[in-house]
Amino acid sequence: MDQEKIDQILDRYAGGEGVLIQLLLDVQKELRWIPKEAVQRISDRLQIPLSQVYRVASFYKAMSLKPRGRHLVSVCLGTACQVRDGPRVMDRVRDVLGINPGETTPDTKFTLERVNCLGCCALGPVMVVDGEYHGKMVPAKTEEILKGYD
Amino acid sequence: MPRLNSPAELEEFRQEILSKRDANRPCITICSGTGCHAYGSEKVNAAFEAEIEKRRLEAEVDIRRTGCHGFCERGTLVVIYPEEICYVGVQPEDAAEVVQSVKENKIVDRLLYVDPATGKKVIHESEIPFYKYQNRIVFGNNRRIDPRSIDDYVALGGYSALSKALSQMSPEQVMEEVKRSGLRGRGGGGFPTGWKWQTTRDAPGEPKYVIVNCDEGDPGAYMDRSLMEGNPHSVLEGLTVGAYAIGSHEGFVYVRQEYPLAVDNLTTAIEQAEKYGFLGENILGSGFDFRVKVHRGAGAFISGESSALMTAIEGKVGEPRPKYIHTAEKGIWDRPSCLNNVETWANVPLIINNGAGWYASIGTEGSKGTKIFSLVGKVNNTGLVEVPMGIPLRDIVYKIGGGIPGGKRFKAVQTGGPSGGCIPEQFLDSRVDFDELARLGSMMGSGGMIVMDEDTCMVDTARYFLDFLADESCGKCTPCREGIKQMLGILTDICKGRGREGDIELLEELAEVLRDTSLCALGATAPNPVLTTIRYFRDEYEAHIKEKRCPAYVCKELVSYYIDPTKCQACMICLRNCPAGAISGGKNKIHVIDQSKCTKCGSCFDLCPPRFDAVEKISGEPVPPPLPEDERVLVRGKE
Repeated sequence: MDQEKIDQILDRYAGGEGVLIQLLLDVQKELRWIPKEAVQRISDRLQIPLSQVYRVASFYKAMSLKPRGRHLVSVCLGTACQVRDGPRVMDRVRDVLGINPGETTPDTKFTLERVNCLGCCALGPVMVVDGEYHGKMVPAKTEEILKGYD
Repeated sequence: MPRLNSPAELEEFRQEILSKRDANRPCITICSGTGCHAYGSEKVNAAFEAEIEKRRLEAEVDIRRTGCHGFCERGTLVVIYPEEICYVGVQPEDAAEVVQSVKENKIVDRLLYVDPATGKKVIHESEIPFYKYQNRIVFGNNRRIDPRSIDDYVALGGYSALSKALSQMSPEQVMEEVKRSGLRGRGGGGFPTGWKWQTTRDAPGEPKYVIVNCDEGDPGAYMDRSLMEGNPHSVLEGLTVGAYAIGSHEGFVYVRQEYPLAVDNLTTAIEQAEKYGFLGENILGSGFDFRVKVHRGAGAFISGESSALMTAIEGKVGEPRPKYIHTAEKGIWDRPSCLNNVETWANVPLIINNGAGWYASIGTEGSKGTKIFSLVGKVNNTGLVEVPMGIPLRDIVYKIGGGIPGGKRFKAVQTGGPSGGCIPEQFLDSRVDFDELARLGSMMGSGGMIVMDEDTCMVDTARYFLDFLADESCGKCTPCREGIKQMLGILTDICKGRGREGDIELLEELAEVLRDTSLCALGATAPNPVLTTIRYFRDEYEAHIKEKRCPAYVCKELVSYYIDPTKCQACMICLRNCPAGAISGGKNKIHVIDQSKCTKCGSCFDLCPPRFDAVEKISGEPVPPPLPEDERVLVRGKE
């Protein structure tokens, strides 16, 4: 199943130069992570050494080599959010979910990540769940918002 | 729409668009930038469309979804043209009333902006203090066009600079014009743009590449995002003019994947420009060919550095390389490559249309034109502001920004992102340009301007930036990889109350090594936030180290929360909300925090009703012992 999706993505980029990053981003988007099989398949088809594909996939923040949860919670700790109590929002989310940034809850429901500026600084501190922005967050409100996801 | 094959056809087409548009017809513009989007502008827009349809006003009133207007603090922003009546904080429920008012030529009073200084309502956008002191030559069109409509851009004179350059100017003349304008790179370094172009043009090797850097990684800056989302054609036009001057036929736009809307709007813009003949082969019949590809960044701050960005475009890990050979000479695939920031490219059409003389008349001796800043942090009017170079810092923070919220005291402005520094109060009257900011130990950077008040700890701020940079250092060179880590360790210790005498000097010494020996600017400028905070706020460092006190009550390990027994009214609010269960008490029983259980989350401080104001923060001194059990009964109504 995944193999098919990976092949479809590879077909889109056939023959292009320097497509590795774009390709891996598409795999990440499609599968929400980059499984070992994908790294292997890309290496085989593009004739790029496995180590090089792995190096790119492990370098960039947008790519995950571990399965991610169904919901992605991003807490912004850019400077504007930082001075507006973003760290306290992060502390609270960490407590509520029981995981650290970069980790996924054991039931694979949530993945928590720290982001360094989402470019909507006027709304800080900001928490984003699955692309939905929650601006001017206060720590006490986070639990209520996260409860709304299943 | 057939391709436009000459400047004359472009003009004819522009007239055709204009003839179909009635400038006096009411138009409701709804800001759909990322800020307003987060406030729910999508729903506001849907409500307006439904309302227009319901009343069958399609032929009488236009609706336009625009890019970011800049006043993000007050979203969703709605402006009614031609009068430019500005409504702030608009909700979907307001649509009916606003549409009714447009029909009757009236004003919805309750949605107007109230000037906090005078208490008076302001009707027109241009009279709102936030906008009044700006000079929006680059950013201003954002509010007038739908970024997905090339016709909107053309109607406002779009692509006339490209047409002029291709039909009336030689590549050398274009280059000269940009040089004479004094335009300097808006991405950070402030390198003269025209000279960079010249280097690429003169460098041997074909093909040559031109690149837009929209990997806006500086935390606290989002003007590139808003320009790319709100007016992508202005960037494309500037890029194409640049490509003509340089002799390039292939361009790249590098956009960070955290900006999906920018990627979308840009991709649409490229498709439209190709269809109209502003991109592709034989542009406007001039014989000049140029194509553009979009490259999504994958989340790495270092990829915004020019050589790292170019390796990323090649599909590799985006790491910098030594630059004894400039990327202008050997960049992507070792070919001459000219990289400029989004805002820089967007300035180019203005220079070609209005002339270098006009452009150079704005700004200061060494810094020409305007600069867009993202004014954020502890300031009343947050948002994007475009001001002429040389404006006093104080005007930005107070006249445009409306000062500090909650009557707090201004402490510093941080500019230049992680490579910049913190500018304290005594320099508020400095004039903002490339050279003055550098003189103060900071830098222009890409234009983030983060205002800090008395509640911001400067040591913690320095620690924050190093933490960011330690996370983002690519690890290729040792001074940056290890040096930042060591500095971060020292700063973390200071913030945790483990600071030692001599730490400040050690930080300064490490800073020097990083500055002198790092491979790229990320490492070389990494010490700036530390050095400027030591330079201007040494007393805060000393308070942390010597007295184990955080003057701003930020550093958790140095702060304790305490309930003043003479003020506590035993209302149970803090007790119920303490996530650590650290507060004891009850009805009529004065509350006490068990310091050994307290996680210092600050919930009690946030939630204690202001009329009681019983929770205090203490730093640098011991917490008073709790009341004895028999004295904790609250006696109400005593004198």
